[in-house]
Amino acid sequence: MIDFVGKKRWFFLISWILVVIGIISLVISQIQLGAPLQLGIDFTGGTSMILQFSPAVEQSQLRQEMAELGYDEARIQDAGEGNFIIYTGEITSDEAEELADKLGTELDSQVERTDFYFVSGTVAAETARNAVIAVIIAAVAMMLYIVWAFRRMPSPFRWGTCAVIALIHDVFIIVGIFSILGWLAGVAIDALFITGLLAVVGYSINNTVVVFDRIRENVSRHIRPDFAEIVNDSLIETLGRCLNTALTTLFVLLALFLFGGATIHYFVLVLLLGVIIGTYSSVCISSQLLVVWERQEWRALLPFTKRTA
Amino acid sequence: MRRGNVYLLIFILALFGFALWSIVPLDRNVFGREGLRLGLDLAGGSYLVYQADVSDIEPENRDEIMEGVKGVIERRINALGITESTVQIQQQGGEYNIVIQIPGIADIEKAKEMVGLFTVLEFREQDAEGNWIPATGTVTVNGEEKELVLSSRYFKENTEVTLHPTTNRVLLLFEMDETGAKLFTQISTRLLGKPLAIFLGDEPLRGEDGDIIAPKVEAVIEDKGQITGLSLVDAQELSHVLNAGRIDVPLGRWAEGEFEPSVPLYERTVNATLGQDSIRKSIMAAGIGIVLLLVFMLVYYRLPGLVACLSLGIYGVVLLGIFKLVPITLTLPGVAGFILSLGMAVDANVLIFERTKEELRGGRSLAAAVEAGFNRAWTAIRDSNITTFIACLVLFWLGGELGALMVRGFALTLFIGVALSMFTAITVTRTFLRLIIGSRAVSNLAAYGVTPVQTK
Repeated sequence: MIDFVGKKRWFFLISWILVVIGIISLVISQIQLGAPLQLGIDFTGGTSMILQFSPAVEQSQLRQEMAELGYDEARIQDAGEGNFIIYTGEITSDEAEELADKLGTELDSQVERTDFYFVSGTVAAETARNAVIAVIIAAVAMMLYIVWAFRRMPSPFRWGTCAVIALIHDVFIIVGIFSILGWLAGVAIDALFITGLLAVVGYSINNTVVVFDRIRENVSRHIRPDFAEIVNDSLIETLGRCLNTALTTLFVLLALFLFGGATIHYFVLVLLLGVIIGTYSSVCISSQLLVVWERQEWRALLPFTKRTA
Repeated sequence: MRRGNVYLLIFILALFGFALWSIVPLDRNVFGREGLRLGLDLAGGSYLVYQADVSDIEPENRDEIMEGVKGVIERRINALGITESTVQIQQQGGEYNIVIQIPGIADIEKAKEMVGLFTVLEFREQDAEGNWIPATGTVTVNGEEKELVLSSRYFKENTEVTLHPTTNRVLLLFEMDETGAKLFTQISTRLLGKPLAIFLGDEPLRGEDGDIIAPKVEAVIEDKGQITGLSLVDAQELSHVLNAGRIDVPLGRWAEGEFEPSVPLYERTVNATLGQDSIRKSIMAAGIGIVLLLVFMLVYYRLPGLVACLSLGIYGVVLLGIFKLVPITLTLPGVAGFILSLGMAVDANVLIFERTKEELRGGRSLAAAVEAGFNRAWTAIRDSNITTFIACLVLFWLGGELGALMVRGFALTLFIGVALSMFTAITVTRTFLRLIIGSRAVSNLAAYGVTPVQTK
């Protein structure tokens, strides 16, 4: 029998480390890029396009040529098979066509523009605001729902809060990872990132609710006197289900990540990370928070504090 | 009880059969509906969003005028032989957005060219210094005196190009509407012998030779006139643009209080080959993922795993059937949502089987354990999926706000997928399991993943 509840301080420590790394990365990113995350054109306005070179060219060549043509601010992502995703400021499709032609001539390669995406800077700021609002609305709606679903339990508000803290924890860690990817590998977040994040929010809470549901059932059956033991029993009983569901979802997501193409690569990465972290937080964080709250052991939340007896 | 199960089985098989029939082959029409609709990122095509400058129009007339604009654009796209395009008007806090989706245009320049047609052309005259300034006149409209700029919005839609019967010169014939006739009379009287240039935004229209198109006014023009001296190509193009220019509002975007005509809020154009490539990759990814999933379910859950695989197969086919019959436009994120929902659809089955295993280990009979498994798992299935629904609803709202149709596609497919997965787990899996147990075909507990030693 694994003692999930007893090891809670370790789990909290791991989460704190991940969260602190995330915060450090956000600060680094803010200093280096001027924003906590590398923002894509959905949030800043601009143009992205996929150029297909045949024969394929080297990314370094392309970067150099872009710089010579005056696009030294452009971000270039290699999508394989001679395809490159290029992000620039707002340029119209005429200008993009011209750029593609020049690149083709200079690099002596056939260029085809397979995808062109232009977002006006005037709506981009609104997009960023809406994205933040959406995440907040989702979190509040889920909290209210859980409070309602657990209304027959003593202090239903507590259940909702713990689930939502676990959720914010998941979102924060994923944001942190993408922040690192942003300044390290130039990965930018876009509208699909927010979409993935919200899907993860749904998935993570879904898992937490399954565990909470079992705790609720076991509490009403009064199988054990101690709440912590009930929680641990419930975690072990639902562990098989949590891991198996995570595995089946990971199988399909992994296949999409590896073979699904460059356009949705990072979208699928958000989902993949979300399933892993969401499962972790459901098994190792949210229920343990319930126990901490029940016992009023607030010091257990912080690392390096003395164990209470 | 058993008879009920048989009826349910018949219902499930009928549903499966109908769904299968409706999606195979993928482009067949059922009840006059289209085949599986593919979004522009899968089929190729263009997506454009413009803001309309309605500042010159009385608020009470705006809805009607925007409807007119929509109609003009639709006719224009249809005239090019493109079907299945959609033009929508979105109204947000007094702002009007026009959303245009044109499938299958792989040539971005062609799409752009069509967009260029949506703007109002303005006529300009030269001032004393030779600068081009808008040609205006004062006209009484609805009892109100107004200073108006002569523009393409006063041209009737019957502009045409012909050759002069004797001289063979190219003629561009046009007619003006009532306001236009009054305006043109004033302006042509004033500008007799002087040139009039045609501007798109701040750029003059130029002919094939690169020179500004600026015909001289040779006579006073009232409701009818002609332009001579253009090359055939230029004349045809101009006639095309003037006919298209009868859109009463400029389309473009607002930037810092200024209206920039012709610049979209969003523009996305995807080449059809990229779309096909995405479809191929998605199908491969889905195939690999599903095989892994099925193998895992079979190895881990054995007989119930097999039942889950069957029920998952029915789930997938029925889901595609729903996509096709509603119909729902499949986008790349939508496909990801579909594949994700496959992974999550297993969840309900897993919940039930885990519960059943526990009941078996607790010493219940097979039939009782399965029933208890379903009943006990239900609250968890219900409560946990509702949270996913909430996320989908928020996403759907967000997608509408963003004008990003990809977000909505994902939310919609995930929502339908999760809803259907609850149905298949509860109905399909349960019916199959009950029938198998009822027939006593397989009573060995090992087939259910429980070794007899484990039972207490």
